[in-house]
Amino acid sequence: DFNERCAQCSEVNWGLTDGGRFYCRSCHNVAERTREVVNTDFISNARIQTISKGLRKQEKTDGGCEWYVCEGFQLVLKKQAEALEALGVCPQMKDEILCNFWRRYLQKSEQAYCNRPAGETVKALSVCDSSTDVDSEPERPSLLHLLSLSESEGDLQTDCSFASSTSKISESTSMCSGSVDGSFYFMKNRKEKLRMTMPMTLSFCYMALLWLREPMTLSDLLRFVAEGHIPYLNVFQHFPEKMKLCGLDLKIFCVESWPVYEEVYNKMLELAVFLDLPRFPDITDSCFLHPDMLCMKYLMEANLPDELHNWTCRVVKKICIGEADFLTLVPGNKTRRNVKYDVLAAAVIVVVLKILFLLDDHYEWLLSDFAEERNKNNKEGAPYFEFKKWYKVIKCSLDVEQKKLDEERAKYLWRCEKPLFYSAKKKSKVLKRRQMVVNLQNQFGKLSGSVQPAEKPNPSSFQLSWFEENTDGSCFHGHSLKGILQEKCGLLTAMNPDYWLCTVKLCTEKLCGHLAHYREVGFPQSYHFVLRLFSFLLRIQPSYIHDEVCVIEHKLFNKKLCKKPKYSAVIRK
Amino acid sequence: SSHEHKLNFRKSKEECLSYIQDAMLQKQWKRAADFLIFYTESLEKDFSKEYMGPAEMIWRIGTEILCHHSHSSMKEFNSFIEQMKTLGVKRYLKVCLEHAFHLLCNGLIDEAYQNLSLAESWRFGEQTAIQDKEMKLIQAYRGLLDYYSWSKQKTVLLEHGQDGFEDFSVEQEMHSCFRKAAVNLKEIIKIPGVWDLFVKCYVDLLEFYGDHNEARQVLSEYAYNSKFPANPNAHVYLYQFMKRHGESKKSLISALKILHDIVPSHELMIDFNTMLQKSKKRKKRRLGLEVIFAGLDYAGWKENVKAWSCLARQVKQIVISEKHLDWIKQEWNSRKDWWPAFHFSHYLAKRNWQGNESLSYEKALVAGILLGKDCKYFKYVSHQGCKAQVKRFRILKKFVNKHNPAYLRISG
Repeated sequence: DFNERCAQCSEVNWGLTDGGRFYCRSCHNVAERTREVVNTDFISNARIQTISKGLRKQEKTDGGCEWYVCEGFQLVLKKQAEALEALGVCPQMKDEILCNFWRRYLQKSEQAYCNRPAGETVKALSVCDSSTDVDSEPERPSLLHLLSLSESEGDLQTDCSFASSTSKISESTSMCSGSVDGSFYFMKNRKEKLRMTMPMTLSFCYMALLWLREPMTLSDLLRFVAEGHIPYLNVFQHFPEKMKLCGLDLKIFCVESWPVYEEVYNKMLELAVFLDLPRFPDITDSCFLHPDMLCMKYLMEANLPDELHNWTCRVVKKICIGEADFLTLVPGNKTRRNVKYDVLAAAVIVVVLKILFLLDDHYEWLLSDFAEERNKNNKEGAPYFEFKKWYKVIKCSLDVEQKKLDEERAKYLWRCEKPLFYSAKKKSKVLKRRQMVVNLQNQFGKLSGSVQPAEKPNPSSFQLSWFEENTDGSCFHGHSLKGILQEKCGLLTAMNPDYWLCTVKLCTEKLCGHLAHYREVGFPQSYHFVLRLFSFLLRIQPSYIHDEVCVIEHKLFNKKLCKKPKYSAVIRK
Repeated sequence: SSHEHKLNFRKSKEECLSYIQDAMLQKQWKRAADFLIFYTESLEKDFSKEYMGPAEMIWRIGTEILCHHSHSSMKEFNSFIEQMKTLGVKRYLKVCLEHAFHLLCNGLIDEAYQNLSLAESWRFGEQTAIQDKEMKLIQAYRGLLDYYSWSKQKTVLLEHGQDGFEDFSVEQEMHSCFRKAAVNLKEIIKIPGVWDLFVKCYVDLLEFYGDHNEARQVLSEYAYNSKFPANPNAHVYLYQFMKRHGESKKSLISALKILHDIVPSHELMIDFNTMLQKSKKRKKRRLGLEVIFAGLDYAGWKENVKAWSCLARQVKQIVISEKHLDWIKQEWNSRKDWWPAFHFSHYLAKRNWQGNESLSYEKALVAGILLGKDCKYFKYVSHQGCKAQVKRFRILKKFVNKHNPAYLRISG
């Protein structure tokens, strides 16, 4: 085994401590080297049929145990559900809904709760870095080959070496993972079965939240994840000691990018179909996710007058997007577009602003000047809403918050105390690197002068808040729209007679993935601004909101669009 | 679908890096340190494809921050650098070398010496051969520090010598420093490059121990070996050496000739002109004129009294002898379009007269010859000078008036 001379007494007479380290029997000097555990036992078949009470082989000498990838994910989901409960989600979510969804998933993907189809065996090495078997099993794919099969996000080359900057995964390292089936996970035949990924855990969570109609939108959920209130980034830290991660497990459980709204949303839809779920519980007008409710929330957050809510409700009603049939998710129904509640509500508000203020970089300022004049003379009652003032206040806050957010993006810490390595060979190098990183962080921490906050700020549903009590007039909730409205036939309408369409024709989603194309050029600055505001609040790209705006506009002005053989972009309402 | 806006590790660190760079450019060291904390994680990721990886970034950025930050100390700096040394074997010697520079800049000569010695003894397989250049530099700088010690000991010895004390151990040490320094300095100057400081020190050592031949050889090599980059200083050193050892005028002139070709505005051109003016050979005197005119083409010489007096002297001498006026004509030909505005404007006349009478005197003489007695410069200065009743100006006026025909021949 270990044939080096002892540093103290130069003898070669080694024994093994309990902790797996070599010690010299002559002088009891403990060597730096630890004995690598090389266990070349094969596990043929032995498919565990229930997960929670698995039959396990006795613990190996390095303290690890057998575990399957789906167990890992189960743990992740559990942690996430616990975090959500701490945020106020009802316990039913964790104990019933998410649980059942997960079980159903395991069943459908034949990882558990089913009979294993005959002939399928799982051959894997349980511990890393056995190089003795390469010759005997020529058909076993190498680590590199498996890595190239995986379709995870990001540049593979840079994702490859977790260990250190000079590590190279040699061809001779056969597939290895701490989990039993980690290496099996990337093989081709898995694709049809909707392989579980880290972003999908969020899809699961959202799906459960949606089923329960919890007051949390997908953008809220993702924001909480980014703010660290819901475990995601280094959630494997919470795996028990016995569950050792290495090799391909890293590819599965270690994320190096934040999940994107579209990605999580689409996966959720896929998942709902895969699990054969029925129509979800109805979204009615008393639900948080109903556009009337969400519009109210966003109007408050955007510091817009409460009176605008009447208008959002009107639009919602007019184009029938407040109906339960429209809003409720029916998995697999291809005839309808699926609803993104948060984006929808934001888009409705944008449309309303366009209706009332036109937002062509002229009219809204004109109206604002008008309102300003009126406000000078009118000191009683609710002030007239001045677009200009609102713009200034919001822009100021938005710039500040955006700047903070941008700096936070640059300050994410992706690694954690629990170091990861592809193989035991790399372990010492990885640990050394980690130590150095920690040292450097401490050294420069002293020089940075900033006091690191001990805890992350409390999670809040509102990112921007405005208080009427403030005497500086920076809260517009109670402001009135009277200056821009007029009465016609007993109905309040906008004084603004015009409207411009974001797009004359909608694209086909199937062809290019979008219904419209938002480019920075070509739209009024006020429109950009409003999109930017909601883009920040929802943490999504402005183009998503723009797409939705286009769809709503087309529904709203459908008749007018159909009537005219030729239409211009600006129409009379 | 592509998610370019998606935030991943790489992008996050790129953004972090640009915040660091912005902060550094604005000298906001605290802020730079703050972001650097979050950048250090990059060390745990493989960036081996990049031109400059995070390890090198962190070394350079960290060094800058620690140099400038008000709260950082030498101790912190040293501890940081020691960590950097372990980060990349391919950069090890470079880091050591720069560390030594930093110590020297902070006056910690002994520490620098220790560092260099330690680095010298480093061996790492094939890397040792790959980093040969850095190793040579390390040895060279250590040699330089040996020279520095030698120099100090020499001073001590000389002082003691005067006082009548004899210090055998100091002398021994001095000789040992000499040997160590000489070996390393000799090595580095073999490699084509710019080694001014090393050459000077080496030559100093050789001269002290009487090895003039070797010294001359070294300087010649340094100046004339075509493999070495063109370096005016090499010629200056050679010239100075030759002067010290009383070599022939011919040698001195040939050394300075090359310098004139490379750097016509070098201050030694004044000496050169002086030497050439005195020569019996016509060609040399002609060259002298060319040299001094060339020097005065440069803005840096505009107010150089010595240079103007050289030119004035030579021009005067030519005019009086009435021989070789064509020399002046030749030189003046390419300059007559721009020298008047450059040197002899009315504004400069006033300025020179107020600032430096001798300067204005010499210039006026030259102007009077080149541009005639009616030129603004001469008129103004001579008028002022005569008004102030300074004798030489009266003489000057007479002289220029007398030799006005010479001007006509020059300008014609």
